[in-house]
Amino acid sequence: MSFLVNVLEAMLRVSTPLALGSSGEVVTERSGVLNLGIEGTMYAGAFFGFYAAYQTDSRWVGLAVAIAVGALAGALLSFLVVTLGVNQHTAGLGMTIFLIGTSEFVNRAALGTGFGTSLKVETFGVIKPFGLGGIAAQYGMTYVTLLIVVPCLWWMLRHTSLGLAITAVGENPEAADVAGINVKLTRYIALIIGGMLMAAGGAFLTLATLGSFTLDIIAGRGWVCLALVIFGRWGVFRALAGGLLFSFVYALQFRLRLLDAWQGVPFELLLALPYLITIVALVASGRNAKYPGAYLKPYRRA
Amino acid sequence: MSVSTHVIDEPGPITARLIDISKRFGDVIANDRVCLDVRRGEIVGLLGENGAGKSTLVKVLYGLTLPDEGRIEIDRAPSTIRKPSDAIAAGIGMVTQHFSLVSTMTVVENIILGTSRIIIDRDSARKKIVLLCESLGFGVDPDELVSALSVGQRQRVEILKALYRDCRVLVLDEPTAVLAPQEAETLFKAVRLLANSGIAVILITHKLHEVRKMCQRVTILRRGSCVGTYEVAQHSDDELVELMVGRAVEHANHETVKPGNLVRMSVRNLVVESRGGRILDNVSLEIREREIIGVAGVSGNGQSALVSVLCGLTRPTKGKIEVNGHDLTHGKPMDYLNAGVGRIAEDRHASVIAEMSVAHNIVLERIDGFRKAGAIDEKAISTLVQKLIQQFAIRAAPNDPVSSLSGGNMQKVLLAKVLSREPKVLVIAQPTRGLDVLATREIRNMLAFQRVNGAGILLVSEDLDELLELSDRILVMYEGRIVAEFTNSQFDRNEIGLAMTGSGSR
Repeated sequence: MSFLVNVLEAMLRVSTPLALGSSGEVVTERSGVLNLGIEGTMYAGAFFGFYAAYQTDSRWVGLAVAIAVGALAGALLSFLVVTLGVNQHTAGLGMTIFLIGTSEFVNRAALGTGFGTSLKVETFGVIKPFGLGGIAAQYGMTYVTLLIVVPCLWWMLRHTSLGLAITAVGENPEAADVAGINVKLTRYIALIIGGMLMAAGGAFLTLATLGSFTLDIIAGRGWVCLALVIFGRWGVFRALAGGLLFSFVYALQFRLRLLDAWQGVPFELLLALPYLITIVALVASGRNAKYPGAYLKPYRRA
Repeated sequence: MSVSTHVIDEPGPITARLIDISKRFGDVIANDRVCLDVRRGEIVGLLGENGAGKSTLVKVLYGLTLPDEGRIEIDRAPSTIRKPSDAIAAGIGMVTQHFSLVSTMTVVENIILGTSRIIIDRDSARKKIVLLCESLGFGVDPDELVSALSVGQRQRVEILKALYRDCRVLVLDEPTAVLAPQEAETLFKAVRLLANSGIAVILITHKLHEVRKMCQRVTILRRGSCVGTYEVAQHSDDELVELMVGRAVEHANHETVKPGNLVRMSVRNLVVESRGGRILDNVSLEIREREIIGVAGVSGNGQSALVSVLCGLTRPTKGKIEVNGHDLTHGKPMDYLNAGVGRIAEDRHASVIAEMSVAHNIVLERIDGFRKAGAIDEKAISTLVQKLIQQFAIRAAPNDPVSSLSGGNMQKVLLAKVLSREPKVLVIAQPTRGLDVLATREIRNMLAFQRVNGAGILLVSEDLDELLELSDRILVMYEGRIVAEFTNSQFDRNEIGLAMTGSGSR
């Protein structure tokens, strides 16, 4: 029983950055734009959040800076793909390379550390509501993400005119334009919101779980989020469900590795398991996925 | 808001006015000092061929295009319209030709898109929409997804969208291009109702009978310039066409030649099944020499299947097809081609290779005939194509890529390709859809000429006027069956229209 509790407790923790990243990508892609800068944005959020927290001795300032960096990254990508109409694959991958490079450069130049820094910041702690332990003992950011951020995004997309506008510019920007919606501004807003969420997801790793920054800290979580968005068919709750599934398998293999009975199984194989599950789930559910109508297409008036 | 039925006898004061609008796109002058005004309660026609600048003019009014020169007045006050939201705020609504709806959203969502403040209130929007629907006699379910709606219903949603925003000027860009005759009737009734309630309507069209039916005044554009504004009642159709085209258009004389007795193509009890359902159900017809058989019907009632089965693209499940006495029931497309069947499909963009030249598109199907020492004989191709360009009045050079051609010229390229082989039977679908008056005229004359020369033609068209003008007989298709047949002497627009909806009984 305690084994399952351990796995579920870890699942919620592991899923937090994925939930933030994938819901950020959902909002972005609903507007018709693919953000392949997600990996870099999460990376920059992790590093600059840590860096600001270290300099100011405040995790709150760290989180705010991370979110601001995410907003900037979203705005920069918007400028490239919305204003200039650059190919979204190229621009997004370029953003990822640029943001990871910048983070590592500042890390080495300002903090003077290369591999395995020993610098630490005070983290957001684990809270135990009503004194409950076990599964309920989670980081505050996890609670906020799963109980507030994701539901609010769902509500925003469905019940606000901004949400309707985002969906409309992603499906049929001509129609949105004729309806009096500013297509470019709407896409900027979607990308900026998305960037903020992605960066917050990265910052969770440095400011909540680890308290320090290490190279390759995101380790492909951004790419997993991209798959989750397709798995979730551009719905925030369905993407979250995918994230929980991934995290469950991830947490499970981590615990299994510690069990005596599983010592004979190569741990690399177990480590690959969540990714395999993601691929299988994606193939099963994503084959008939209907992409937003204006996916990858820059909008120009005829 | 609801639409009152109070009738305004005399059109009121000018609601919107476009003054000396000029717009250039590169070297092309789309609008050259064009003026247009529309009054309260009036339906003004905006008539012109494709490329005359009608759409550009209304895009200026709606803020989709900024004019190089000129100004706009709304209620006699200068107005700056720089984007669609400005136009909406000024009370202008537009129904674009290719609808501007998000098909994955519901009717309500499409209508409130871009209007409501921060939080959406679907319920109160739905109430307002239901009221509007009732006052106009529109049967539209507000909670239906737009993707599930018919073309006519989508158009109603577009009109509702404009009315929901309390528009006082409504622009309709070629609204009947996509509608069946009965649907067009319904639309016109609603438009009339709106005008009577005080809305100023701008009706863009190139169909004269619509102008005659709906408008008192018509503004005519030709190649970007304003020819003038005319009282419709004081001018004949031929005069209006001449104003629009710039010269008189000849009508081919159709009556003098009667169909012969030789059967070119005979189809008996044809059945085509797909996924368990019958797309063609027991279809029999005969096409004789010098005869045009018109096929009428609301799109999607088996016409496409009929065209593709009659040129070997689809295999019939049952039945028999004979061409000039040869059994081609199980023939391949090449067999049909060799038997003298020419085919022009409804989607002309899918029938050409856009990046290839006019010349190569024309000879593509018989490139084997242009070989010289193993290489393509460009000289021989060029000689033939030059001749065909003359003969078919294609306004393009042999080496122009087809993608640079207008729809009319593209269609003529297809006609040149097929007709230059002198087919005995021609199967042609929607030959003039979306084309301007002149190109339409030319193409109809070509078909009439083929008929006189002895070909048998199966003409599938959604344009009833076209069928009435050209056909010797009209067959009406409904749900894969031929439900009615009319011959030349007893054509009745209403009865044909009824049969198209499946409610005729003949």
